[in-house]
Amino acid sequence: MRGNRNLIDNIDWMLVSIYFILVIAGWLNIYAAVYNEEFQSIFDTSQSYGRQLLWIGTASVIATVILLIDERFFATFGYLIYGIIILLLIAVILIGAETKGATSWFAIGGFKIQPSEFSKFATNLALAKYLSTLNIKMTDLKTKLKAAAIIGLPAILILLQNDTGSALVYGSFIFVLYREGLSGNFLLIGLATAFLFIMTLIFQGEVYQLPFGLEMNGAIMLTLLIAAILGLVYYLNRKKKRIAVLLVSIFIACAGLIQSVNYVFSDVLSPHQSKRINVMLGLESDPRGAGYNVNQSLIAIGSGGFSGKGFLQGTQTKYDFVPEQSTDFIFCTIGEEWGFLGSFVIISLFMALLLRILYLCSRQRSSFARIYGYGVASILFFHFTINIGMTIGLAPVIGIPLPFFSYGGSSLWAFTILLFVFIRMDADRLEVL
Amino acid sequence: MKNLDSRRYIIGLIFLSIGLIFLIRLFYIQVLDDHYKLDANNNVLRHIIKYPARGLIYDRNDELLVFNEAAYDLMITPKLVQEDFDTLGFCALLEIDTSQFREKILKAKDYSYYKSSVFEKEISSKSYAKIQEQLFNYPGFFVQTRTLRSYPQKTAAHLLGYVGEVNQKMIEENKYYKSGDHIGISGIEKQYEKELRGSRGKKIVMVDVFNREKGKFMDGIHDSTAVSGEALRLSISAKLQQYGEKLMQNKKGSIVAIDPRTGEILALVTMPSYDPNLLVGRARSKNYIALTKDTLKPLFNRALMAKYPPGSTFKSINALIGLQEKTLTPNTFYSCNQGYRFGGRKMGCHPHKSPINLEFSIQTSCNAYYCNVFKNIIDKFPTTEEGYLVWRNYVTSFGLGKKTGLDLPNERSGFVPGADYYDRYYLKGKWKSTTILSLAIGQGELGFTPMQMANMTATIANRGYYYTPHIVKNIGGRPVEELDSFVLKNETGIEAKHFDEVVEAMFQVVEKGTGTSAKIDSLEVCGKTGTVQNPHGDDHSTFIAFAPKDNPQIAISVYVENGYWGSRWAAPIAGLMIEKHLRDTITRAHIEKRMLEGNLISNTQPNGSNAGE
Repeated sequence: MRGNRNLIDNIDWMLVSIYFILVIAGWLNIYAAVYNEEFQSIFDTSQSYGRQLLWIGTASVIATVILLIDERFFATFGYLIYGIIILLLIAVILIGAETKGATSWFAIGGFKIQPSEFSKFATNLALAKYLSTLNIKMTDLKTKLKAAAIIGLPAILILLQNDTGSALVYGSFIFVLYREGLSGNFLLIGLATAFLFIMTLIFQGEVYQLPFGLEMNGAIMLTLLIAAILGLVYYLNRKKKRIAVLLVSIFIACAGLIQSVNYVFSDVLSPHQSKRINVMLGLESDPRGAGYNVNQSLIAIGSGGFSGKGFLQGTQTKYDFVPEQSTDFIFCTIGEEWGFLGSFVIISLFMALLLRILYLCSRQRSSFARIYGYGVASILFFHFTINIGMTIGLAPVIGIPLPFFSYGGSSLWAFTILLFVFIRMDADRLEVL
Repeated sequence: MKNLDSRRYIIGLIFLSIGLIFLIRLFYIQVLDDHYKLDANNNVLRHIIKYPARGLIYDRNDELLVFNEAAYDLMITPKLVQEDFDTLGFCALLEIDTSQFREKILKAKDYSYYKSSVFEKEISSKSYAKIQEQLFNYPGFFVQTRTLRSYPQKTAAHLLGYVGEVNQKMIEENKYYKSGDHIGISGIEKQYEKELRGSRGKKIVMVDVFNREKGKFMDGIHDSTAVSGEALRLSISAKLQQYGEKLMQNKKGSIVAIDPRTGEILALVTMPSYDPNLLVGRARSKNYIALTKDTLKPLFNRALMAKYPPGSTFKSINALIGLQEKTLTPNTFYSCNQGYRFGGRKMGCHPHKSPINLEFSIQTSCNAYYCNVFKNIIDKFPTTEEGYLVWRNYVTSFGLGKKTGLDLPNERSGFVPGADYYDRYYLKGKWKSTTILSLAIGQGELGFTPMQMANMTATIANRGYYYTPHIVKNIGGRPVEELDSFVLKNETGIEAKHFDEVVEAMFQVVEKGTGTSAKIDSLEVCGKTGTVQNPHGDDHSTFIAFAPKDNPQIAISVYVENGYWGSRWAAPIAGLMIEKHLRDTITRAHIEKRMLEGNLISNTQPNGSNAGE
């Protein structure tokens, strides 16, 4: 182990500062969300803010320990850690405790540990280790398949735990793969598929009246529209022979997707999931059921106004109108008590965090550290997007926490480990030749 | 490598664009769109109305007539009703069936899933006792206290009136009222609504998602307390009112008694009546419908709304007009040969001595005498119309044919025909005094309410003037005399000395004439009988009286439908009422017994009465 002075100099204190600001801000909002005049001591572990303080304390210890561990430890034991986590994920399916329909917890004494939170870190580590192996090319099919397997295995196990939200997070690794050479088409296809899926959901129920008494449903209409666009591309393009096959395949893919949406929606997704998506798309108004959370969340955030109602003055969150207010809907407290200004600050902090990580990635000499860093950014970005997106009605309600903010030991520890391992790698960047 | 490194810009751009989209969205919902703030208030603020207690009502002797009894509105908060709710048990408790239950639940959910609304209104304290014990088994339900009127004396239903919930029209017409408020719908409750209702208080509290109160909103700066309504003291004597109702039991008609010295109404009896407690609370609409279907029309306030011809009681008025117009003196004699003949026709009369003077004409109620008196008044003037209008002026100066202006709603004005009325029937200039001769004996087109007749009697008792009758003595301790209209003397323009002549004759009516059944030992009662011709059935018995003769303290009019001669029912009842009021004892128990037992309802055929409706 080298001198600590060297380490202190090389640590990216900006990232550490953002981390602590977010964690403290998170704690204040948890305190406000569950604030109760009867329990005023912030150290009261019978209250979630008291326990969160405990988690923050232990997370700081974990962060310190990580900073003291040799960077090579992570590269060396990457697969081992991944393997252990995979075993834990399997174990939790078999012997885990069930909470809200998901069996993703180990209950140990009074505390509960959620392996799926840590598997993001482990997967990221394993993926980085694999992709940083010499002579790996993203363009090789074998590489793609192996990377997909590393990512897909924990995702499938988490799906089996009935925790769709956490499983979807693994989709965010597409940014890592893209950065490492995966064709941009995959990103494009991914986004286009999501777009077409949503469009189909919105329009398939509609019936259009056409001239001559013809009727046509939205799905057929959408298919014809795609055919027309592709036809136009073909007409305008000179190299007709070259693109003809491509365009036909795109058309077949789109038509197939449109036809399968219904199947996926009604047979693959569980009813509460499809309902949430419908509500989010505005296809179903149900303020008392699935839409209740989103509606109350919008009311809380919207009523905050420009400068908010003030610390501990939020009525919507304090009086429990917003569900899951200290975990999934923690952003409501920010929006209500701190208003647009507070929301602006928090979003800016997250943006700063993400862009700082991207910047640090670009200065890594080690591809392992760089790939790992992109993974960190991608995972944080996905959580940020879905979590805040759902509180303001822009994303379906899938319960995943806001990093560093949401109440919960597993999630705070896991994000701390995820981030500080990268900070540790970054601190060692100059040592790598 | 360089190529791939630039991909970080694309990734960074994607990150930034999501951040930007979020900020735009947040700016929209937090700064631009206001409706979330309203929704937030709807969520957390509950406006709790504090209903004031309605003013109490006392009689003239401070006897309580109307007070408030606690009633309970059962409230529901649909969100808190659990899925394993015991519907059957709950329905049994409330005595409703499951389809009603479902309907009410749907209605409440329709109003709001989170906010509470009324599930069942105005549960009496008796039913509430039973419900209260069980209510903890049914989460989602709680009770809100209201007040309901209660009538310990079970009397004077019509004049007290009743209270009901405001309807949409009332809310639109008067900004004070909000849905769920109570309002006086008839009688005193309607007339003195403003004084009785008090003013509402308001409390704004913050509640949590389970509707639990969490504290005052803004430390209660918008809160106000409810101010109770003012107490009313009526001029009615509950004792006399109840006695009158008892005397009139099983009869149709009314009794109105006035203190001529002030215009205070002592009793306002209309029969058939009903127990005012019937029109209270949950059972009101059911009972109200039953009352409207009753063929005896118990909801009809005969004292103020029924229109009867005055009959022979009106002869006193014609005598007074004749005396004032000097077409009649106390010593004018007219002969009567069982009637009055004119133009080949005859107005009949009963057998009595002839010729007779004024005093005896009233005492024996001679028709022929008053045909002469009336004809001479009218024919004194160059044209019949002129004469008639002079006569009519005198009549209306007694408060007849127009609203007396008492402080109760729905008073009818009665009817004294104008000259145009006869012009229409007989053509202008074609009618003569003999054409309208039935007015001489108080028949024909004349129609007065019992209230007007009592007021007319009070005017005779006062020898020429009356105070506008009223029923409230004081409001919240302030005497009602402060209202100008109740201290103003309404003069008739007939000199007092003429009244003395007529009063003396009316005294003789009771002493030894047609009204002896109203006679009371050592009390100078003056009266006049009347028999009102009724084309629909038996004639109506009527009597007007006041006493004591020289210091009148009570003036009374009694109508007993289908009671035939005035002396048969109306006179004895008037006598008993006077004695009850002035002496508080009844000396002639046999007459009282006959009146109490008398039943004029069972032997009249349906539609047999014309109450002048």
